[in-house]
Amino acid sequence: MKRRQSAALDRKKLLKDPVLLITIIILIVALLLFVLYPLLILLVDSIWQEGHFTLGIFESVLHLGRFQTAFWNTVRAGVITGLLSTLLGLLFAYVDVYVRLRFRILERLFNVVSMLPVVSPPFVLSLSMICLFGRSGLVTRQILGIYDANVYGLVGIVVTQTLTFFPVCYLMLRGLLKNIDPSLEEAARDMGASRWKVFWTVTTPLLLPGLGNAFLVTFIESAADFANPMLIGGDYDTLATTIYLQITGAYDKQGASAMAVVLLSLTILMFIIQKYYLESKTAATLTGKASRERMRITDKSVTFPMTMLCGLVSIFVILMYAMVPMGALFKLWGRNYALTLDHFKYIFTYGGLAAFKDSALLSVIAAPITAILSMIIAYLVVKRKFKGRGFIEFVSILAMAVPGTVLGVGFIRGYSNGMFRTGFLQGIYGTSAILIIAFVVRSLPTGTRSGISALRQIDKSIEESAYDMGAGSGKVFMTVTLPLIKDSFFSGLVTAFVRSITAISAVILLVTPRWNMVTVQINSLAEKGNYGEACAYATVLIIIVYAAVMLMNLFIKYFGTSRVRRQK
Amino acid sequence: MAKEKKGIRLEHVSKIYKDPKTKKDFYAVKDVSVEIEPGSFVTLLGPSGCGKTTTLRMIAGFESPDEGSIFLGGERIDELTPNKRDTAMVFQSYALLPHYNIFDNVAYGLKIRKVPKEEIRKKVIDILELVGLSGMETRMTNQLSGGQQQRVALARALVIEPGVLLFDEPLSNLDAKLRVSMRTEIRRIQQEAGITAIYVTHDQSEAMSISDQIIIMKSGVISQMGTPQDIYYHPVNEFVADFIGDANFLKGKVVSHAGETGTMEINGNHVEVSGCGHVSEGSEATLVLRPESIHLEDAGNIPCDVVLSCFMGAYQNYHVMVGDTKVAITDYNPRGKKIYQVGDKAFISFKPETAHVLQASE
Repeated sequence: MKRRQSAALDRKKLLKDPVLLITIIILIVALLLFVLYPLLILLVDSIWQEGHFTLGIFESVLHLGRFQTAFWNTVRAGVITGLLSTLLGLLFAYVDVYVRLRFRILERLFNVVSMLPVVSPPFVLSLSMICLFGRSGLVTRQILGIYDANVYGLVGIVVTQTLTFFPVCYLMLRGLLKNIDPSLEEAARDMGASRWKVFWTVTTPLLLPGLGNAFLVTFIESAADFANPMLIGGDYDTLATTIYLQITGAYDKQGASAMAVVLLSLTILMFIIQKYYLESKTAATLTGKASRERMRITDKSVTFPMTMLCGLVSIFVILMYAMVPMGALFKLWGRNYALTLDHFKYIFTYGGLAAFKDSALLSVIAAPITAILSMIIAYLVVKRKFKGRGFIEFVSILAMAVPGTVLGVGFIRGYSNGMFRTGFLQGIYGTSAILIIAFVVRSLPTGTRSGISALRQIDKSIEESAYDMGAGSGKVFMTVTLPLIKDSFFSGLVTAFVRSITAISAVILLVTPRWNMVTVQINSLAEKGNYGEACAYATVLIIIVYAAVMLMNLFIKYFGTSRVRRQK
Repeated sequence: MAKEKKGIRLEHVSKIYKDPKTKKDFYAVKDVSVEIEPGSFVTLLGPSGCGKTTTLRMIAGFESPDEGSIFLGGERIDELTPNKRDTAMVFQSYALLPHYNIFDNVAYGLKIRKVPKEEIRKKVIDILELVGLSGMETRMTNQLSGGQQQRVALARALVIEPGVLLFDEPLSNLDAKLRVSMRTEIRRIQQEAGITAIYVTHDQSEAMSISDQIIIMKSGVISQMGTPQDIYYHPVNEFVADFIGDANFLKGKVVSHAGETGTMEINGNHVEVSGCGHVSEGSEATLVLRPESIHLEDAGNIPCDVVLSCFMGAYQNYHVMVGDTKVAITDYNPRGKKIYQVGDKAFISFKPETAHVLQASE
């Protein structure tokens, strides 16, 4: 059957809508230039040498002992972190959804614990691990009297990463558990199954794709993580750190490209399994909304150990975060615990203010760009149909699986001599522009995802009606779509700001002396062992980020869409 | 009120979709040609999946036809985007803009058209009066009942004075009683505004009560188009007869006819019918009988067994078996009439002119 006519008509309609057309073209060009091209150039770089196709670079890299160790280190850390985070996330989610909590304070603890990783810079937990369990750690030296404690290595990485990433698993699994219809489990109980049996034969099978999902997401995060392995990895090098050292230490950009291709393949493979296999299965098993409130477990033999465990973990996590401002306030960690503001004075005397200004400025520029772009992408993906829609959705979500380090190397290889070494667009390299672009690309997937899920809640015919009343695409977006998803837009704005100001993996490769980024400062201070100053930086950073999040919550409370709905 | 009533013409319009399961293309709408007079109220009626909403969305411009063309007031509109078409749609879900109050919702289209502020104010007030919502301008949409939301949606579509008004099952989210009063209201407003309207529904009583013309669709194809009376009394096939109202079908043979009246043989019994002029003598045919046109009597031509007798207040509901065929009978005003009980033997009777005969090939 011929479907050409409708395609031709749709095309003609698109041509008559210049705003839409131009937006789509700009988006596609931007995604090509700043997501696909840098990744592609890495591949080209590692198989193309002096005008010839070669597998030599790959071969030498793959035989490199350092690389092999790093590869298996990454996989090992990823698997262990993934498993631990999923289990811990499941425990928290189960307690949250199934267990009657005796104390309201536990609920608040849960909230705080799930919020903390969002608002904290990536290496905060590593810093506090060192403060607590390092050679001069509060616990190891002061309390236990161990003088040669070693947190550096796999254990340090796994602990910090697990504590950083398990809240994500908790939130994911909580959503799934809430969607399980309680009557399924009640039916099983009714037929005589014990609670334990119900958990294994009903809850777990329903949750299995979700657990796989959580594991893979954490695995990707762990493999992409740069800051924690850098600070606490010691000589346990992962791919992300090895790539960084390959560029900054060995000046082997081609080798780094090949390694980046390997790391990227690993994360994208996991991402594709997660996105296209597991997500559809999760949706298939858990579609229904819970029909009514679940009967919470009150049996003490179940609730006591579980809440205790969760409470202890929460307290430990909070303690870890509290270590950072403490570290900034003590004179000399491990030796002299007198309170002092010296570290703050130091950082603000020696370039700290400039660093905060630069970081904040670039993040403030990147955040609105990211938020607007991700809402536009979400709108196009959910509400419009046109050729190239699949491409836009795929590439902007794919960016989620691209480790920052890989993107950084891609930008270096792709733009340091201009596109394809022609000098075209070379101008952006080494400027703030490329940092901003890196920020945008890194935050785009989260923003787009939240925009897409917000828009899916909105009846398609609302926009159609505005369109039908005579408004063009741009007008519909500005007067209908954006006001309806302003919560999502604003949280996207703040998330992008937070992610940008705390970003390090791509930035550390792209930063130039002209721009002084906070995260890079913290990293170099921590490397030198100046933990007091590093903690002082991190404390100020946490305060800034926390303020931004508070601002977001205030805005949503007073101007958000839910408020309009409540005006009954 | 409308600037200009416009007619709509569909010429061999088809729409092809891909079945998401089998990945095969199929016709959602196939070769539909219709001419809709300016100012008339036309309903697209059919079961779900018959292509009626797709047809409406093609007229509005949300979907593009794969074959054929659509004309609005003589102008070909295939390539126009929805916002450039002189149509306005009332959506099934009302689709009011939730962040605007009633006034701003109704004024939206006028603001897009850059109508001066004073004029907008006047037009919105007038139209709200027409739909019976005066004084509610500042309410938010979530403070309205379903019926009120429906009126806002209607006002919003009317106020831009479109050439054609499109309705996509606008009453399906309302409760039964409100549905009945709203459909009368819609008809009144359409007549007052003197606007062309195309209305999609799967509710046959709604279609009959509201329309000048009904188009019955099945599997993307038009089965019949005509006035409500035409379609009810002279359905072209069993599908139409069954879809519009209830119908009993008795298989038999046309024995003889003179002009329109003739004799049919059913289960070996002869019975007089009219409207069989199109069926040749001796060929198989189906007799279509509406339940309200049949009576039970103690003597007659076609014997039957009563299998259900049920008092419904306004009428007595019977099911009887004529041979192997079940026939439903609605006997109004049962008070004082003889009531047949289950197990009784009786005869069915009807006036020849209330019967309708279909050629058997259908």
